[in-house]
Amino acid sequence: MSKEKPHTQIAQVPTGWQTRSDVAFRIVVHVFGAAVVVLLGAIVFEVMRHAGGSMLKYRLGFFSGSVWDANRDQFGIFPEVAGTLYTSFWALLLGGFLGVTLALILSQGFLSRRGELVMKNVVELLAAIPSVVYGLWGIFVLVPLLRPIAGWLNDHWGAFPLFSTRLSGPGVLPASLVLTIMILPTITAVSREALAAVPPRLAAAAYGLGATRWEVIFRVMLPTASAGIFGALVLGLGRAFGETMALAMLAGNAQTFSWSLFSPGNTLAALLANHFPEAGEYEVNALMYAAGVLLVITLTVNILGSLIMMRATAGLRGLR
Amino acid sequence: MADATTESPDGSPELRFSFANRRTLVDRSLTVLAIGLAAFALFPLFSVLYMLIVRGGHLLSPSLLTELTPGAGMEGGGIGNAALGTLIVVVVASLFSLPLGILAAIYLAEYAGESQLGTIVRFAGKVLTGMPSILAGVFAYAAIVVTTKSFSAFAGGVAMAILMVPTIMLTGEQALRAVPEKMRLAALGMGASRMETTLRVVLPTALPGILTGVMLALARAMGETAPLLFTALFSDYWFDGKLGAPIASLSVLIYNFSGSPFAHLSELAWAASLVLVALVLVLNVAAQVIIRRPKEF
Repeated sequence: MSKEKPHTQIAQVPTGWQTRSDVAFRIVVHVFGAAVVVLLGAIVFEVMRHAGGSMLKYRLGFFSGSVWDANRDQFGIFPEVAGTLYTSFWALLLGGFLGVTLALILSQGFLSRRGELVMKNVVELLAAIPSVVYGLWGIFVLVPLLRPIAGWLNDHWGAFPLFSTRLSGPGVLPASLVLTIMILPTITAVSREALAAVPPRLAAAAYGLGATRWEVIFRVMLPTASAGIFGALVLGLGRAFGETMALAMLAGNAQTFSWSLFSPGNTLAALLANHFPEAGEYEVNALMYAAGVLLVITLTVNILGSLIMMRATAGLRGLR
Repeated sequence: MADATTESPDGSPELRFSFANRRTLVDRSLTVLAIGLAAFALFPLFSVLYMLIVRGGHLLSPSLLTELTPGAGMEGGGIGNAALGTLIVVVVASLFSLPLGILAAIYLAEYAGESQLGTIVRFAGKVLTGMPSILAGVFAYAAIVVTTKSFSAFAGGVAMAILMVPTIMLTGEQALRAVPEKMRLAALGMGASRMETTLRVVLPTALPGILTGVMLALARAMGETAPLLFTALFSDYWFDGKLGAPIASLSVLIYNFSGSPFAHLSELAWAASLVLVALVLVLNVAAQVIIRRPKEF
């Protein structure tokens, strides 16, 4: 604008301050957006940098060794890797079964709209309780509850590998049960979403042909939503691998692995929680190696789960 | 399916409800089984709440929140330093995570569009959501505790901030995207710049949704133990104004006292759990109330 304008004119070009602050703001939000990626990169880099030394030192023997002795500078995480997989397996088996059942009840018209909302909030409440509180509950409620049952099973079925020891306190079974509770909300929420994404007219068509509710569920809903439910299980598995406190308190912190449900064990995350606070220099480096292993496993599982979810929702688009 | 339907004397399928029909029987039994399993799955929640009230409730008193943690074998005392410590760590964490999370959310909702960087940022946020919380602690340990050679409240705050950022960012993005496009267009049409539109129209409108995300992040952070275990550590004394020193927290107190052979300490662990769960639930309910407030566009 070349000539001076009276102030009454409505339209005006942006002032210099407006233009410059706008550009500055644009740059600031881009930097902060990128900072989230940098943060993730920094976490991976920092853990791997500290793990590097002990990776070269202990190499792959780290995975097969069963000794964890800071005084002799001997470290191995075989019991932890096996224990993480074993407890997560039981948690996923139970949590998957219960979680999908809950998701069905929340999405297939078993309850009124109001009832579904209340139930959904209750499941979210389950996720809101801190894991350390579940750990405390496990120690004082679950373990005393399980001990006589475990004793009976060991007396009568002791030859069976799963029941080959007695439950003296912490152990694989209470740890897996609490882990089940911890992954239940994730599995429920994600599979509920997968079930809700199935176009209603598929179910309506089946009902119209005379199918009962469970026939619709087993032959229409679950097969159609199977990719999404599988994604929910993978995400639940990712949570189970990384869950720390409940396992640090209930798994028993034992440097052994046993198939028995009642014997103490350990997991990668619990190892970190139990040893980090008092570790010396060598042990810290070995723990960083273990943390790196945990990081790689959980990131892989989570990225896999997210990709499956993305493809699952994309796959349903054609049915709409 | 005709074989499964009972037939009436005149040969037409019987449409009246009857458990004699195998399909009806299977259907109803599965429903009962599913509801039973759901009740079984939710039993731990009610058991936890019951135990918190029974074992933690009787210690509730003003002195619980004003006195220091007792030493092993001692009677009395409270959890005052731990409750204060949790609040301080959460404040430190918020100082980092609020600006980062909200500005990143603004980037995702207002500037990223379908760009490649936007997709990467969103994916990084999802990956951070699923990252085990103990790894945030390992990162803060490696980056801060090792460098400063001291466990500190500051390191604990940083570890906790990492857990809050993705929640704040992803829920913030949803809230900002829910603001109708016509409000942006109206502001731009009035001659506002994009920054002015974002800060003075979009952000205030989306504030309830963003606050919900912040509350949920705070609730989650408050209950986290693993990232504090070897960053903030624990302290038996009051916070003395130094962020560079170890600090107590409710969650670490529960962990430390849970394994204690002294009955009084485990009672205090239950009391601390009750206080912690109450704080977390209040934040969760507040988040729900904010988001339910009726909006008019």
